[in-house]
Amino acid sequence: MNRLKQIFIYTFLSVAAIVSIFPFLWMLVSITNKSVDVTQGRLLPGTHLIENLKTLFATVDIVPALLNSSIIAIITTFLTLLLASLAGYGFEIHRSRGKDIVFTILLLSMMIPFAAIMIPLYRMFGSISETAPLIGIDSLGAVILPTATTAFFIFFFRQNTKMFPKDLVEAGRIDGLSEIGVFFRIYVPTMKTTYAAAAIIAFMNSWNNYLWPLVILQSPEKRTIPLLISNLGSSYSPDYGVIMSAIVIATLPTALVFFLMQKHFVAGMMGSVKG
Amino acid sequence: MSQLGTKKAEVDLPVRTKYEESRRQKTGVFFKKKVGWLFIIVSILAITIFNFYPMVQAFLLSFQSGMGANLEYVGLDNWRRLFGDPTFIAALTNTTIYLLIQVPLMIVLALFFSVLLNDPKLKFKSFFRIAIFLPCVTSLVAYSVVFKYLFGIDGIINQFLLNFGFISQTINFLADPFWAKVVIILAITWRWTGYNMIFYLAALQNVDKSIYEAARIDGASSFQQFFQITVPMLKPIILFTSITSTIGTLQIFDEIVNITNGGPGNATISISQYIYNLSFEYTPDFGYASTVSYVIVILVVILSIIQFRVAGEKK
Repeated sequence: MNRLKQIFIYTFLSVAAIVSIFPFLWMLVSITNKSVDVTQGRLLPGTHLIENLKTLFATVDIVPALLNSSIIAIITTFLTLLLASLAGYGFEIHRSRGKDIVFTILLLSMMIPFAAIMIPLYRMFGSISETAPLIGIDSLGAVILPTATTAFFIFFFRQNTKMFPKDLVEAGRIDGLSEIGVFFRIYVPTMKTTYAAAAIIAFMNSWNNYLWPLVILQSPEKRTIPLLISNLGSSYSPDYGVIMSAIVIATLPTALVFFLMQKHFVAGMMGSVKG
Repeated sequence: MSQLGTKKAEVDLPVRTKYEESRRQKTGVFFKKKVGWLFIIVSILAITIFNFYPMVQAFLLSFQSGMGANLEYVGLDNWRRLFGDPTFIAALTNTTIYLLIQVPLMIVLALFFSVLLNDPKLKFKSFFRIAIFLPCVTSLVAYSVVFKYLFGIDGIINQFLLNFGFISQTINFLADPFWAKVVIILAITWRWTGYNMIFYLAALQNVDKSIYEAARIDGASSFQQFFQITVPMLKPIILFTSITSTIGTLQIFDEIVNITNGGPGNATISISQYIYNLSFEYTPDFGYASTVSYVIVILVVILSIIQFRVAGEKK
């Protein structure tokens, strides 16, 4: 009986692991094969990798898309970390009744479904397109602005600030640091792991964001990676080897982050339930 | 910023007159009270401008109608139109089906995996854990396109089923109203089960091992232990993940657009996709689209209230 149970458990977990990994293996194998081989279900690595990559870089604007996505993700992550940590710190260290009420109201914004605000946002950015083209429709700025500050990250930083030793703030004040000095010289260096976890999540969210860039970006040269892949995926005569190469390249950054920083990755994910 | 700079300079001054001293203290007190707000003011403004204000705008829009920018107030017309709109009914039905099948399926699987992986005697534990979590590193668009190809008519799944004799001819999964929904449910489950499992694994670490010890001595079977110890212990986190998953699935967009694009017909269209189509694919009708979007708002608010109630009970 016990042995049977063991066999069942290992079979069950192995099947789950295979199902989870299989699409990745298939992607990795497909980038080395010709499109024809992919459609014929070839599951062995081929010799077409260089060819696929050459075609990809020659026929698809993946470099501009990678650049756009990187610019957007890096600026968004930076702004998110700066603004959310300032706010999380402010709410926790300079706690007052007024601020607690504001905090609760801000949290309510987490309930707002994006589909509900995308039309007013689109109209809002449309109305300033003429006067401020840098943050108007079809600009990277417009992609960044609404996504840079979210209540989730403020909540995340506030939760983590609860574990920050408040004596350090007093010590900094006594040493003659200004309030903002205490934040940048003491809080930021102490909270490195919190920043790392938040950076991973913010970067991934931005890198993978689809709906808002789809709404606000129009010209092909502004396209981000998800828009490009979605576009490739809907083509009528897809070159599977090439499309899979694009997908693998798009997945590499987040996969690398996961493997290099697993602990922070999970810490970031769990941030919302801690405490 | 400049204000803060001057404050620092004042602190550094070695000698002060009595007048300066009292002035410094007064502004100092005022400053201490208000400085906290400086940390949060930008975030408050940003969230107000980019979340709350559009929310109000969308509400007002839901009572207007017209093409593009030519909108006029039409009262409750949009809301009435909702109930007679077959595409909306289809979108609402599909989204509800995704919810009712996908969320429980995923939660049960995630629970199951986490319990099995929590067994200290299990071998290859970290391999299994990483493997099951791996789908979370993919972007929604990327994995959707991969799933679209996997389940294509000449996709690997069809060939696998053919070769092993499960089917005698290929199934066009994505062109069949039933199978297309199945593919979408499978896809979402593949992407998110590992994510939820991590939450349960973390929660299980906090469960006292001696409880299981005692249960085993009392002769409780694995199934009894699961339903009578594990599930009740994890109840808060199960509720948390159920509700976040529900809210996520309610807004599902990326997968639908990239796997089936709502088809065949409107067999897989979701509410979010319908809102997008109403605004940017068909002749834009921002007013009616906003009305549809408020249906999601209402559903999310109801679910969130339940969440807050449950979280409140815990404390």
